[in-house]
Amino acid sequence: MAHGPAKGITRWLFTTNHKDIGTLYLWFSFAMFILGGFFAMVIRAELFEPGMQLVRPEFFNQMTTMHGLVMVFGAIMPSFVGLANWMIPMMIGAPDMALPRMNNLSFWILPFAFIMLASTLFMEGGAPNFGWTFYAPLSTTYAPDSVNYFIFAIHIAGASSIMGSINIVATVLNMRAPGMTMMKMPLFVWTWLITAFLLIAVMPVLAGAVTMMLMDINFGTSFFDAAGGGDPVLFQHVFWFFGHPEVYIIILPAFGVISEIIPTFSRKPLFGYASMVYATSAIAFLSFIVWAHHMFLVGIPVSGELYFMYATMLIAVPTGVKVFNWVSTMFRGSISYETPMLFAIAFVILFTLGGFTGLMLSIAPSDIQYHDTYFVVAHFHYVMVAGAVFSMSAAVYYWLPKWSGRMYNESMGKLHFWVSFIGFNITFFPQHFLGLGGMPRRYADYALQFADWNMVSSIGAFIYGASQILFLYNVISTVVAGRKVSEPKTWDGANGLEWTVATPAPYHTFTTPPDLSEKEAAAH
Amino acid sequence: MHKALVAKLLAGTVVMFAFAIFVMPPLYRLACDVLGIGPQQYSAYEEAAASVDESRIVTVQFMSTNQGNMPWVFKPAQFEVEVHPGQRSEVAYYAKNTTSRDMVAQAIPSIVPIGAVDYLHKIECFCFERQPLAAGEEADMKLVFFVDPELPKSISTITLSYSVFDVTGRI
Repeated sequence: MAHGPAKGITRWLFTTNHKDIGTLYLWFSFAMFILGGFFAMVIRAELFEPGMQLVRPEFFNQMTTMHGLVMVFGAIMPSFVGLANWMIPMMIGAPDMALPRMNNLSFWILPFAFIMLASTLFMEGGAPNFGWTFYAPLSTTYAPDSVNYFIFAIHIAGASSIMGSINIVATVLNMRAPGMTMMKMPLFVWTWLITAFLLIAVMPVLAGAVTMMLMDINFGTSFFDAAGGGDPVLFQHVFWFFGHPEVYIIILPAFGVISEIIPTFSRKPLFGYASMVYATSAIAFLSFIVWAHHMFLVGIPVSGELYFMYATMLIAVPTGVKVFNWVSTMFRGSISYETPMLFAIAFVILFTLGGFTGLMLSIAPSDIQYHDTYFVVAHFHYVMVAGAVFSMSAAVYYWLPKWSGRMYNESMGKLHFWVSFIGFNITFFPQHFLGLGGMPRRYADYALQFADWNMVSSIGAFIYGASQILFLYNVISTVVAGRKVSEPKTWDGANGLEWTVATPAPYHTFTTPPDLSEKEAAAH
Repeated sequence: MHKALVAKLLAGTVVMFAFAIFVMPPLYRLACDVLGIGPQQYSAYEEAAASVDESRIVTVQFMSTNQGNMPWVFKPAQFEVEVHPGQRSEVAYYAKNTTSRDMVAQAIPSIVPIGAVDYLHKIECFCFERQPLAAGEEADMKLVFFVDPELPKSISTITLSYSVFDVTGRI
């Protein structure tokens, strides 16, 4: 029965193999990361100096919108789905994902969604220009005609995410190896299980929001139009009911990755495994009841502001538990600083910083000042980039030897890390100052007093952008010409079923499930 | 073994989609009514005033705005009235469809200061319904209201502003 992959392009088009599909997802998301990064470079180049230099303001707005959409829906989300595809079956001792054909479908509709979205750049009237949060009526009454393409792109990307999530839930609940009880699952699997439930709950709400937009624009309804008895504020409620769980959809799998890497390089079991599981669940639950903290300025009653403020602050508790556990895992461990560990430590520090600014933003009276300034931009890039993207980089360096059977060049990996780390902080740390100084986000120009820090930020952005070329080089040179490795365990401190199979991971793994009934759990 | 689980998850997806479109908008409207947010009163105020407070005079001013490119003539018949709290008043807005096509309009109210929102009660208002006007047709549109005697003492002037929207062809 055992057979290798098919030959040629059909291998990739028709594949139902979780490793192939994982690879497709990872490469696709990297392509989107480069595209979204290119948009970011246009933004930072325009903001290098005050005044209009390179692009028209209308085009600048299209760049900020497309940057956000491509990064969130095209780069970060699919990258973690790719990681889930590769790792979850191997981590729980399953031969493949539960629904392999749906897996193929859920990947292959994605390129169409993003080709459609990117094509709007070449349309008359331009690409969507209303920000990635696409608030009505900017995205309805005043939207460019290309908004319909944007809506269908979101529908398709959402369908892909929902199918991917159903697949992950079915795999985790039904296909664990004998003896792999829920509380023995690696944390990456746990965080993805919870993320998948979040996705199933809120992606349909996003689909509902864009469907209502579609109806308002083309079929004469008035969900978000005050003229017909609707309300634009309703749009914000629907959007953020999706949008807040969405940010945890992005970050929870990153938590999972970090919870795998830190124990390996600290050569200690993860501190507080059970509390990590409960904290993740608590964060997921809280994400549903805090959405209006994005809307402190729309005119909600004081009692509402207070409720959303306190509920938001509550999220710091389970998140604090996680940070405490990571630090405690490192405490008195015999730590070594390979590239994945450097990214993981940077994640813990920078994500915590982003969490602190999040706490500042949660205070409703202060948010009146911070709202829609660069302070918010700095905050969410600390959690999205230093959070999600750093953990993704860590994951690639950590598992690349297992995937490819080749070792990356440690010096080049470290170079990538340090250039990223420094570039990232030069880019986004000054944006805190700009925001506190009152510079609003989403503008193509700014007042003169913001000139210096904007120039610094732009220089940092070019450094950070360049560091990702280094990343691409590292991955390709490893896969093509890296030093061959064959021992199952790449890292001496690593635990988990994925390190018990051959290196590189064979096309089919665990066709006979391992029996873990007698063993202690991998993650402990 | 996956079928039952997948069916449940798919059902959850459908339920959440329906929740967004069919439950959230009415729920939002309900929450606004219960919490008293949003300046819009969608239906007639039905209780009568307890008494007329003749010791006090409140000025109620009327404004009009044409939203976007709305081509109608739309303006209040009188720009302000002085009323005693509790006293029923009737005023009118004049509207004319200056175009050569039949149109439907909707007026959306807004009240300042915000502290007066709960104290201006409309018994009858053209804003409760859409106003169709044939090409070239004109109309006086009625507004009957009273100011609640409980109106905070600090407020002596209330401004009521209507924006008129073109809703021709809207569902």
